[in-house]
Amino acid sequence: MSTTHVLLGLLTEGPKHGYELKRIHDRWLPRARPLAFGQVYATLGRLQRDGLVETAGKERDGGPDRTHYALTSAGRDALDTWLGSVETPAPRITSTLLAKVVVAVMTADVERARDYLIAQRQAHIARLRELTAVKADPAAALGDVIAADFAIAHLDADLRWLQTTLDRVTDWHREVHP
Amino acid sequence: MTYLQARGVVKAYGQTPALRGVTLEVSEGEILAVTGPSGCGKSTLLHCLAGILRPDAGEVSYRGQRIDTRSEAARSKLRRTDFGILFQFGQLVAELTAAENVTLPLLLAGTGRREARSAALSWLDRLGVAELADSRPGEMSGGQQQRCAAARAFVTEPRVLFADEPTGALDTLTSEQVLGQLVRLAREQHTTVVLVTHDAQVAGYADREIVLRDGLIDQTGLGLTTPSGRHAR
Repeated sequence: MSTTHVLLGLLTEGPKHGYELKRIHDRWLPRARPLAFGQVYATLGRLQRDGLVETAGKERDGGPDRTHYALTSAGRDALDTWLGSVETPAPRITSTLLAKVVVAVMTADVERARDYLIAQRQAHIARLRELTAVKADPAAALGDVIAADFAIAHLDADLRWLQTTLDRVTDWHREVHP
Repeated sequence: MTYLQARGVVKAYGQTPALRGVTLEVSEGEILAVTGPSGCGKSTLLHCLAGILRPDAGEVSYRGQRIDTRSEAARSKLRRTDFGILFQFGQLVAELTAAENVTLPLLLAGTGRREARSAALSWLDRLGVAELADSRPGEMSGGQQQRCAAARAFVTEPRVLFADEPTGALDTLTSEQVLGQLVRLAREQHTTVVLVTHDAQVAGYADREIVLRDGLIDQTGLGLTTPSGRHAR
């Protein structure tokens, strides 16, 4: 994920200091890994160096100074370019799940492959159920629902692929061991 | 407490077996998803559990009493008093308004017309379609029709709701809204639900899932077969 562009996006609403950016980031993307403060300030430093953000005053609220950062026109252009560029559809061929299933079925240890696939399916379904509960909660924030949708769609795809793989393996075994 | 129970249920359509010995228990207040590929027997199982079909062999019990041995009239009465049923296409009566459709089960159960209409309006409201009370099914979207059908299924305050692909004909967002409402109302009412679906995302709303394959419960969930081609047990 591009933290740089997400931060630029958060600044479109107006100048913000680092702490605010972290807070809003974690609220907008609740299922993403929370941003570390250090990462926020390091990214802001790079953005300022590259002319994509600029300082917009300081605030003191009983604590240390907080520097506000604002988007520059170059920053807005960079954000627009990012938002306008299509992501390469991710084939997820580097997935650990894929690697494990391939290794499990190719070792020809049918029992072991079966046990692994059963356990994996159960884990997927348990996670799908948890995320469905998150989504179905009437008090869920939109960010939570969108993130849960994303995860559920991928789990569902994994489940269907697990099933197809099993059907293929079963057919293959029937041919090899009639 | 076991609310619904099937023991060794067998059902065939002519020479074609649909269920080949299904045993399962559903607890009070549980939401059970019955999943599996097309033709695996899940709708037949729902029909047997709901007393719509009588199994060829095996037993179906509801609250400790066998229902498969009861007469068609007795099973029909049970469906009016204790069970609610919701199908993929709401099967609303086209000539009747939404409110009239929802009052039907109450009128059949002997409730007075005024009281029945009041209950119908209340359930239409709970499903978010109160403004459609005087509309006919042809004037509604698919999602609105399913909400009305859900209101009709809930209006008798059934102890068990049988839902067969209740959102199978709806788009993703509408399906999610209808399912969310169904599950929320079932939990509020402490209604036991048997939910037949082929969709893992729909099954995600349930407390538990069983997978049917070729008329049998597939314990692995994956339809795994041994190299000899038999189902893994």
